[in-house]
Amino acid sequence: MDIKGRIHSVETMGTVDGPGIRYVIFMQGCPLRCIYCHNRDSWDPRGGREITVDELVEDINKYLVFIKGSGGGVTATGGEPLMQPEFVRELFIKVRAMGLNTAVDTSGFIDIDRAEKLLEVTDLVLLSIKHVVEERHREITGVGTRKIISFLNYLREIGKPVWIRYLIIPGYTDDPEDLNRLALMLRDYDNIELVDILPYHDMGAYKWEELGYDYPLKGVAVPTKQDMERAKAVFRRYGLPMG
Amino acid sequence: MNAMDSGYIKGETGNKEGVDIYIMNPWRNFTEGYWQSEIDVREFIQLNYSPYEGDESFLAGPTRRTKKLWDKTTVLLEEENKKGGTLNIDTSTVSTITSHGPGYIDKDLEVIVGLQTDEPLKRAIMPFGGIRMVKNACDAYGYKLDPEVEKIFTEYRKTHNQGVFDAYTPEIRRARKAGIITGLPDAYGRGRIIGDYRRVALYGVDRLIQEKKRQLGLLETAWMEDEIIRQREETTEQIKALEALKEMAGSYGFDISHPAKNAYEAVQWTYFAFLGAVKEQNGAAMSLGRVSTFLDIYIERDLAEGTLTETEAQELIDHFVIKLRLVRFLRTPEYNELFSGDPTWVTEAIGGMTLDGRTLVTKTSFRFLHTLTNLGPAPEPNMTVLWSLALPENFKKYCARMSIATSSIQYENDDIMRPMWGDDYSIACCVSAMRTGKQMQFFGARANLAKALLYAINGGRDEQLGLQVTPHFAPITSEYLDFDEVMEKFDEVMEWLARTYINALNIIHYMHDKYCYEALEMALHDMDILRTMACGIAGLSVVVDSLSAIKYARVKPIRNEIGLAVDFEIEGDFPMFGNNDEMVDDLATFLVESFMRKLRKQKTYRNSKPTLSILTITSNVVYGKKTGNTPDGRKAGDPFAPGANPMHGRDKKGAIASLSSVAKLPYRYAEDGISYTFSIVPKALGRDKEARVNNLVAMMDGYFHKKGHHMNVNVFERETLLDAMEHPEKYPQLTIRVSGYAVNFIKLTREQQEDVIKRTFFEGI
Repeated sequence: MDIKGRIHSVETMGTVDGPGIRYVIFMQGCPLRCIYCHNRDSWDPRGGREITVDELVEDINKYLVFIKGSGGGVTATGGEPLMQPEFVRELFIKVRAMGLNTAVDTSGFIDIDRAEKLLEVTDLVLLSIKHVVEERHREITGVGTRKIISFLNYLREIGKPVWIRYLIIPGYTDDPEDLNRLALMLRDYDNIELVDILPYHDMGAYKWEELGYDYPLKGVAVPTKQDMERAKAVFRRYGLPMG
Repeated sequence: MNAMDSGYIKGETGNKEGVDIYIMNPWRNFTEGYWQSEIDVREFIQLNYSPYEGDESFLAGPTRRTKKLWDKTTVLLEEENKKGGTLNIDTSTVSTITSHGPGYIDKDLEVIVGLQTDEPLKRAIMPFGGIRMVKNACDAYGYKLDPEVEKIFTEYRKTHNQGVFDAYTPEIRRARKAGIITGLPDAYGRGRIIGDYRRVALYGVDRLIQEKKRQLGLLETAWMEDEIIRQREETTEQIKALEALKEMAGSYGFDISHPAKNAYEAVQWTYFAFLGAVKEQNGAAMSLGRVSTFLDIYIERDLAEGTLTETEAQELIDHFVIKLRLVRFLRTPEYNELFSGDPTWVTEAIGGMTLDGRTLVTKTSFRFLHTLTNLGPAPEPNMTVLWSLALPENFKKYCARMSIATSSIQYENDDIMRPMWGDDYSIACCVSAMRTGKQMQFFGARANLAKALLYAINGGRDEQLGLQVTPHFAPITSEYLDFDEVMEKFDEVMEWLARTYINALNIIHYMHDKYCYEALEMALHDMDILRTMACGIAGLSVVVDSLSAIKYARVKPIRNEIGLAVDFEIEGDFPMFGNNDEMVDDLATFLVESFMRKLRKQKTYRNSKPTLSILTITSNVVYGKKTGNTPDGRKAGDPFAPGANPMHGRDKKGAIASLSSVAKLPYRYAEDGISYTFSIVPKALGRDKEARVNNLVAMMDGYFHKKGHHMNVNVFERETLLDAMEHPEKYPQLTIRVSGYAVNFIKLTREQQEDVIKRTFFEGI
């Protein structure tokens, strides 16, 4: 049976969501409600469009020469790809058979037994940690950190390579003490290959407005170069692998 | 430096002890071949060059002399820019190969010498193409053309421009006025002819004259017919031009009647030959050809003989390139609106492979690109890398690094051109391949296909002027546009367009040969050559998306009081070019093939072979300005996408999908080239430097594997461009690639700058 999934869109030249040139699939639907979400239109699990695994594979096939030539692969992001684990798993099985590597970009907010089978065919997990403090995490995303930490623990248990991503939003996620706590925590995970500290940008703001919502972070400045350097320095101090 | 002690270079890095090279055989240690008894530069290269597979670590920085010279030059360039783009004009001396005495930037610093006039950046007048262009250009920059010159070229000496307008038909004039055919070289030099300048270095001028005299003998036929008479006259002109070239070099203290004896002379001789061409002709594009690997042979020999160091070799190339950066032509501001940024298209083709599978990359391929580091980025010479999947990985990576650092390089697909043009072709102007010294083209600018589509809907009346441009036929009157009906009428308009277009070009090139013949450039060609009639189209993605809208959505024309469709309402979605979607990409292929077939039916001047380019240079802005609302939803006056690019913002699946659509356009039906401009911000190319290089190489390998023809690569932040618009003085060398060539960003008009910034910048996610 050909499983169907719901996707928001695709990008044929992803270059930051894993190694090489990547075919990136934005899955539709997300359990988080991040106040700075740059893909606000990907929240609704009934939105987007339906597509079969084979249809996607056929499209990916058109770009094999680019992807293979760069040592790239396919990344499922979103939305939240782990909300459609069966579909992504089927896709990854076929993608791997094409000789490409696979990655999911997730918030980690998932029950492990739902993700287990998908992780078997996933080469790399991009885990986006929004905040290290429970209450703050809830404020920013609408959910707590417990599931996410369990997910990260599980990834360590099965030795799955992980790239951590952390977004610097001035006044929200850049408190030096919080950054220290996060760095200290991450130090215990030997499966983390990379910690990517990224600057917040407001290029997704227009999508909120298009959908008729106020953009919650309206007026919040993007971090300066110095802000970013300061934040990165914290992680570097703990000897974490930095991009 | 003084020409008389030119036996070897007195470099800064050490003195050479007296090897008396004057008595040396200039061809010593070269592998023998037919090239010695016949003019055959290609064979000479094939037998003697040294492929290089290593990396760039051998390269040398600029010498003190180079830095000083470039500093002096930079001051001049700044002055030129401050004066509105033209530093000085010699308003009374008509430019010929020998018209101006020797000129220098700083005689003591220059290793390679020769300027177009007696002072750097002083522009010469070249009225053979047209006197009005010269007069208007002088006026525009606050100079006055010598009345005597004006009188001569008005009353006594007819120009190319005058000849063309004496012969133009009313129909051609209407098409020109409405702008369905524009940019025609009917008032300026056609260019796009590449002399094989290497011949002067390899053979010396005397030998070339001897060869031309032999050819003249072959033209003593029993019956003197048009073509024979023309060829006899032309060959005689060529011989005179070669004599003049010797005289010009002599004024700098060099005797180029004999072959070059070392690398220094090989560079100088080659440059003199090119200099002669740019003194004789104000051609729209004056390509250099494919000299780097040729020159490498001389450099390798000198290095082996111990008469040259790497630093000195780089210095030679740096000084050569400084001269190429100074080539200037006097042109009107209107001309610059079409071809902005004062381009000269001194295009140098670098790299590629031989027919037997060896790479043509040599150390001098690296040395040429390295001038972008030693002297900083610049639009000229127009560095064009002939990309093959088989190029050495080290070279690919070096190119990618240089592209990321300078945005000054364009890439063309050697793997699809080599089977057609062999392994010694050059690139004329932006994207047009031609076998060096064996082929030329009659440059034909381009036809506006978007306008042609509107003519199909409006019965051949211009949507902006209301003028009946084509012969009358019934307009479409239905409430919604029917795809089949539109296609039928569009086909008829294209038939008419192809015929009218070729007729105009036939007249233009007849007159150009007659009144403004490129004697020196043609002297550096074989006797029997292939001529192409190089047509072009603009607005491809506009037409394709329009047809897609008509086919897959519903398009309702809004007609004005005289029944002209002046706007369109689109109901529903339709696939757009640039998303790698066959539904619409197939329309693009169909359109290109269809127009090319119509061109092939026409009778052409001198039996030239019609070809087609999908290239707009920067005229996508002007064409857009002259074209009304189109059925794809584009508004009147909005710029077209450049070259074969998808319209900006419509390619929604990312860069790889976009360039995959472009790669489908069939090169065999667009042999004059298919230009694609790729702009990306650095972080969208990868997380770090290494990833960016790796991804860019993979991207180009993929694109060329899919048979894409050409790609400009720009890598920079949008903010940089915005800042450069406000503070041009901070960015004197900011170079960007537009379709087929590079420009100084600050030299573009504000309108063009805005267009560049608005265009698709792939920014990633």
